[in-house]
This record gives sequence, C-alpha cells and structure tokens, in this order.
Amino acid sequence: MKRVLAIARKELAHILRDRRSLAVALLMPLAMVLLYGAAIDMELRLLHVGLLDEDCSEASRELVRALTSSGFAVVSERLENRAAVEPGLRQGRFLAALIIPTGFARQLERGERAPLQILVDGSDAATAAIASHYLDAVVALENARQGAASAAGPVPRPRVWFNPQLRSPDFVVPGLVALILMMVCALLTSIAITRERENGTLEQILTTPVTPIQMVLGKVLPYVALGALDAAIILLTGKLAFGVPMAGSWWVLAAYCLLFIMIALGVGLLISARASSLRVAMIAAILATMLPSMILSGFVFPLASMPVPLRLLCQLMPATHFLVIIRSILLKGQSWFPLQTLALALMGFVLITAAVRSFRLDLE
Amino acid sequence: MSIVALPTGGPAVLARGLTKRFGKFTAVDAIDLEVPRGEIFGFLGANGAGKTTAIRMLCGLLKPSAGEACVAGYRVGPESERLKRHIGYMSQRFSLYDDLTVRENVAFFGGVYGLSPRRVDERAAALLPRLDLARDQGRLAGSLPLGYKQRLALGCAMLHKPRVLFLDEPTGGVDPLARRRFWDLIYEQSAAGVTVFVTTHYMDEAEYCGRVSIMAQGRIVALDTPAGLKRGTSRRSMQDVFLAVVGS
Repeated sequence: MKRVLAIARKELAHILRDRRSLAVALLMPLAMVLLYGAAIDMELRLLHVGLLDEDCSEASRELVRALTSSGFAVVSERLENRAAVEPGLRQGRFLAALIIPTGFARQLERGERAPLQILVDGSDAATAAIASHYLDAVVALENARQGAASAAGPVPRPRVWFNPQLRSPDFVVPGLVALILMMVCALLTSIAITRERENGTLEQILTTPVTPIQMVLGKVLPYVALGALDAAIILLTGKLAFGVPMAGSWWVLAAYCLLFIMIALGVGLLISARASSLRVAMIAAILATMLPSMILSGFVFPLASMPVPLRLLCQLMPATHFLVIIRSILLKGQSWFPLQTLALALMGFVLITAAVRSFRLDLE
Repeated sequence: MSIVALPTGGPAVLARGLTKRFGKFTAVDAIDLEVPRGEIFGFLGANGAGKTTAIRMLCGLLKPSAGEACVAGYRVGPESERLKRHIGYMSQRFSLYDDLTVRENVAFFGGVYGLSPRRVDERAAALLPRLDLARDQGRLAGSLPLGYKQRLALGCAMLHKPRVLFLDEPTGGVDPLARRRFWDLIYEQSAAGVTVFVTTHYMDEAEYCGRVSIMAQGRIVALDTPAGLKRGTSRRSMQDVFLAVVGS
C-alpha cells in the first residue's frame, strides 16, 4: 500500500505540475457541455413561416391564429403573391411557407376537406422534418375543429414521455459524460505509462520491488479521481446551465460512473502496453475511445437507425451500455440495469485482466 | 551446475554460464563471474559487447536464456522479488523525472522501496549534502546540470541502502572533475561494504576498479586487477590493454 501511495503521489505531482494539460482536462468537459448544450442544439425552437393568405376569410385567420398560438411558429412575413414564395425560402427569410388558396373558407363550410399548400426548405433535413410535421399537425387539427371532421378522420396526438419537450441537452449531456470519461481516463493513462517507458523511468521502477498490480493501481488512482471530477463538472454544468433533470439517485450514478471509469482505464492500460511510442499511444487512444464513444454508442446517431451488423458492433462498445444506463438514471430515475451491468462488468473484467497481464514487469 | 544461495558470507554477485539470446543473436554468451562483497567491479567492453544486457539480467529486468546467477544472496529469477529489495540500479539514462523536484524524486524512489516518509526524510537529510544537492532540493530535476543529475540518480538508487549497486555507464558526458566527485561517492559506498558493479567507457575509471572484466561479442575475454591485466598483456595503460584484448 505504501508503494501504491508513493506511485499515486508521484503521478499526482506530474498532473499538477503540468498546468496546461490539467487545464485541458478540466476545461474541455466544461467547454464541451456548453458547446453541445447550446450551440449545437439539435432542436428547432422558433419556426419562421411565410404566409400567403389568398382567401382572407375568417376561417383562414382562424387557421393562422391556431398556427401561431403555441409560440413555436411565427409569421415572419406576409407574402403578396406566389412569386414571392420561392425567393423567401431561397434567401432563408423563412423556413416554411403556408399558402391558403382562395375558396378555403367556402370549402370548409361545405364540409369538404380544404386544400392547403405547405412548402418547407429541405436543405436542413432534420429541421425540415420537424417543421413539416408541426404544420401538418396544426392543419389537421384545425380542419377537424372547423367541421371537416368526417373527412379528416381521427387525428393522432403523440405524447412524449421522460423528455416531454424533446430537449436536446437532456439527451446530449449524459452522452458527454461517457465521451469525456473515456477520453480523459483512457487517453491520459496510456500517455502516462507510455511516457515512462520512453523516458526509461519504467526500467528504473522495474528494478525496485514494486509488483505489476501496485504499479497499475498507483498509476491509475489519480486518473480515477480526475475522471470523477470531470463527470461531476459535466453533470453540474448540465444541471445548472441547461436544467438537465436528475430523476434518479446520485449514488447509483456515481457507482456506474466508477464502473465505466474502470473500463476506460483498462482500455488506456491495454493501449500503453502495446503501443511502441507516445505518438502511437495517443493516436490509438483517440481512435479507440473518441470515435466509438461518439459514433457507435447512440450518442450522435441513434442505434435504431443503423443496419444490423453495425448495431451488433455497437453492442460491443462499453459506451453504448453506459449511455443507456446514464440516460435512464437521469431521465427516468431507474436504478437497476441487470443486462447492461452484466455487459459492462464483463467488458471491464476482460479489459483489466488483459491489461494487467500484458503489463509485465520485465523488459521483454 | 547449480548455485546454492548464501544470504550471508557468500559472494555479492555470482554467475555461472549466464546467457541471453535475442532470437538468433547471442548478446551474452555463457559468462562466469564471482564478485566478493565490497569490491568495485569494472565491466569494460565496446558498444554492443553485452554489458548492459548482462547487468539487466543480474537486476532481474531480463530473463536469462540459460545459466544461473545469484545476487546479494538471492537467485535471479525465482527470488527476484526479494533480490530487488537489496540492489540499486542506475542506468545510462539515469532515469529521473525531469518535471519533479529533487526532493520529489527522492521521495518517490524511497516510497517504491517501501520506506516510510519519515525514513525517507532522515536518509535524504543525510544523503543530499554528501551529493552536494542539499541546496537544490526544490529545483526541478530537469533543470540540473548533467553531473548533478548523475549524483541525484545515484542517490535515488542507494536511498534504501542496497547491498549491491549496479551502475551502467554512470558518468557519460561530464567533465573529469564531475567524474572524480562521482567516483569519490563510489569509494565511500565500497568502504561501507557495498559491492559496486560498474560499466564504463573511460579507461582512467577502469584504473579505479578493484578488478576489471573486458567483454567482447558477449563473452568475458579478460578478468583481473588493472595491474594484473597490464602485466599479463605487457601494456603500460588500460587503454592499450583494452585495444590489445578486444582487437585480438
């Protein structure tokens, strides 16, 4: 234990002495939460609509009121004629155009389904889909209300649970915890150990009575602390700056974060045991942690939309399971995940065993 | 042939047929050595002669391909863990942490040898003035001049009072004065009963050793006192002895 502490204390001295790396390790998570949470917002908050009301009737005004009453859509421009629609969309003055043709009110009175035209700027596919769904829904509701119920039929009203406003920070912040923990723990430990090998200090340590377990423990202990600190920074920033909810228990969350940190450390150790140089270790660590945690985990691209082989590959990524867990804790308040826990524990066991085995205490 | 471990009284370093092969290349070829306690044993040889590989085997850093060795009374291999408590090793890269201070380096190496912080303080207080490093305790090791770094590395390697010190080219690249001061420290250790096993390129340093072995192509080609070597080869300096032995 004395030896483990001596190594851990030395490692901590390295971390504290290298102010620039320390600043990166602490500020990067903060910057990422703020960036992802605010700037790269995947939701549409305000839909600008161009309106061409050729009917100018009570019914058409009613429709426009219904459209804008939620505060989600605003009529940013009243158009004079159909020729004005295209330039407006083209120049991005509005994302969607609603055309209410002459005779709209008359057709509604006769109980017919009144035709409308909705044009949406499709150059941003995600936004276009949200806009067109919203307009479709409003129009269908309005049709039903104004007496064309028989023609419109039943109108589905979807309700979203757990994240009712579909706010993206609630979704992104847990993903960032996985990403940052993976990066900090795996990248920094692999660098720390490879650097000792390159500087020849590992050779020096190998002539002392330190065992591989003591060496590995002492080496990773400070990075466990740093990873936990980073996770706390992300979660607190998410809560304070974006109001990300915490439906579950902090203790359960901390326990799962610790389990995930162990896995990340295993990845880092394994890389450092195999890497021939510092440069190789860094590239390998970035490839092995950042890309899978972002792309193959359901963080950026939903698993449900992936082809089957890719989805199976995702199941091999620790971040995939951790994401399910952390999102469920934060948003649903769930606290027991038998399947994911088993998967993570298994991965952790395999990785750490492999890492300790390959971390041999001689030079061969 | 097998070696009986003798924790007390036996030779400090004993090797019989010690061999290291890397693939088809034989780096160390069946060397025999016997170094009594307290001796300063010089290990000479051209670059690539196998000196460093031999030392690494004796320290338990490399596994011998064949043969046996016994250091400080413990067998290399089966008793490596206990052996490591009683040896000090300083490599030619004198592996210090450049971003840590002199004091932090000392504390770390004391810690990995299992010394309590109090014990480290006591030993550092006694050792650092002798190494002429007392005033530089708060300096980063990376900012020290080469000669100071070498003395610090030696200090770190003997903090735990080892019975055998392995020094692999400890004085490369410094001026004769710094080398002289380093050797004063080696003499001090030897006088205190520590066995010093040292490799060097400098022929004047070879003169300081009790006995000298010369390695070439993985074998020991000569082993005697400096005076004996000069007599045996009828040469006047160690330089000429070395050229005569290695060149032949």
